[in-house]
Amino acid sequence: MKHLIDPTDLTLAEIDDILSLAEDIIKNKEAYAHVADGKKIATLFYEPSTRTRLSFEAAMLELGGSVLGFSTADSSSTAKGESVADTARTVAKYADVIAMRHPKEGAPLVAAMNVDIPVINAGDGGHLHPTQTLTDLLTIREETGRLSDLTIGFCGDLKFGRTVHSLIKQLSRYENIRFILISPTELRIPDYIKDEVLEASGADYIEVERMEEVMPELDILYMTRVQRERFFNEADYIRLKDSYILDPEKLLNAKESLKILHPLPRVNEISVKVDADPRALYFKQAEYGKIVRKALIMKLLGLSL
Amino acid sequence: MLKVDSIEKGIVLDHIKAGKSMQVYEYLHLDDLDCTVAIMRRAKSTKYGTKDIIKIADRIDVDLDVLGYLDPDITVNIIEDGRTVEKKKLELPEKIVNVARCKNPRCITSTEQEIDHIFRLVDRKNRVYRCIYCDQKAGK
Repeated sequence: MKHLIDPTDLTLAEIDDILSLAEDIIKNKEAYAHVADGKKIATLFYEPSTRTRLSFEAAMLELGGSVLGFSTADSSSTAKGESVADTARTVAKYADVIAMRHPKEGAPLVAAMNVDIPVINAGDGGHLHPTQTLTDLLTIREETGRLSDLTIGFCGDLKFGRTVHSLIKQLSRYENIRFILISPTELRIPDYIKDEVLEASGADYIEVERMEEVMPELDILYMTRVQRERFFNEADYIRLKDSYILDPEKLLNAKESLKILHPLPRVNEISVKVDADPRALYFKQAEYGKIVRKALIMKLLGLSL
Repeated sequence: MLKVDSIEKGIVLDHIKAGKSMQVYEYLHLDDLDCTVAIMRRAKSTKYGTKDIIKIADRIDVDLDVLGYLDPDITVNIIEDGRTVEKKKLELPEKIVNVARCKNPRCITSTEQEIDHIFRLVDRKNRVYRCIYCDQKAGK
């Protein structure tokens, strides 16, 4: 593994390695405090992202390394018209690893094709976000003890949600995963995900419009935001919006062992009343995000204890 | 029936899907050639009903990857002394570089002009190619 651009580039063994290292980091945090001493990560963020950028930076700092970079395109040479390839080539002379977020799809791949240091895709437009996928996998594995034999409900915007597409792609590689896709008709999972991922892997999946009817079956509920602007008309939005807001009533017939995930930021799709429920794991998920990035940085830099 | 003479030396692209010969002509940049090129559209075919044929009166280097990408069922016949001396079999190429262009406005290739447009084969059965940068399906 030289770079991390697309989560499907990773073999299941490589994913297992990263998650197992993350697990050890959770148990022995102090032992890893200086493992990246003298190493630098460049966070090249061409568009703002609080959570992802800060989690990369916190991850590197907690490993003993240091951080440089920019957090908007305005403060980089892009404003002067520099290409992604040239920026990456230059930064590769200053840093040991690059984490790049870019509004254009494929920009981190272009960077990876032009440098010798590892490049991590920290989100390229609406396309891929592999470290979110690793975060989700670590959360599921830590909280349920497995990545197989699970019924997972994805709820909300399944059409445009890249985190959903990415996680479905990844989970379809594991054994006995059942997907329940909960969304309004307008925001159903795209056909190519059905054809090239779900059907191709022989995964068991169903599509439903309301979460109440499937709640008792779920081991994991992965919530995403339904955005008003995605709807074709206001009437549909008003008709459907409340069925995609998770509140304590909708959880009444859910399993005690259910795990509620959300990539964040949340707007109103999970009522704040749910936050106190021990099944609500989205803030813990954000912490897992930092930990899995520590493991990833170590793997890409070839670092060990 | 319209008759087009056979060629002495050159290349015959046979079994092109009816109506697709102009696309082949364009993708192979045959307009750049100085030699005679004959395009036969909707010729009778015992196998397919109708087909297109392109005859090129010179031995040029045909980009087999481009042809394979367009349609691997096209037959490439090499002609010497008025006879077919070789039939080349086409395959779907794993990767095509600067043959198709990515039309996704959100793709990095839309803003950075010097980047190669690269598509890879993702579904052999349905002959689907996707952009390596953004996964956009190649449109023919």
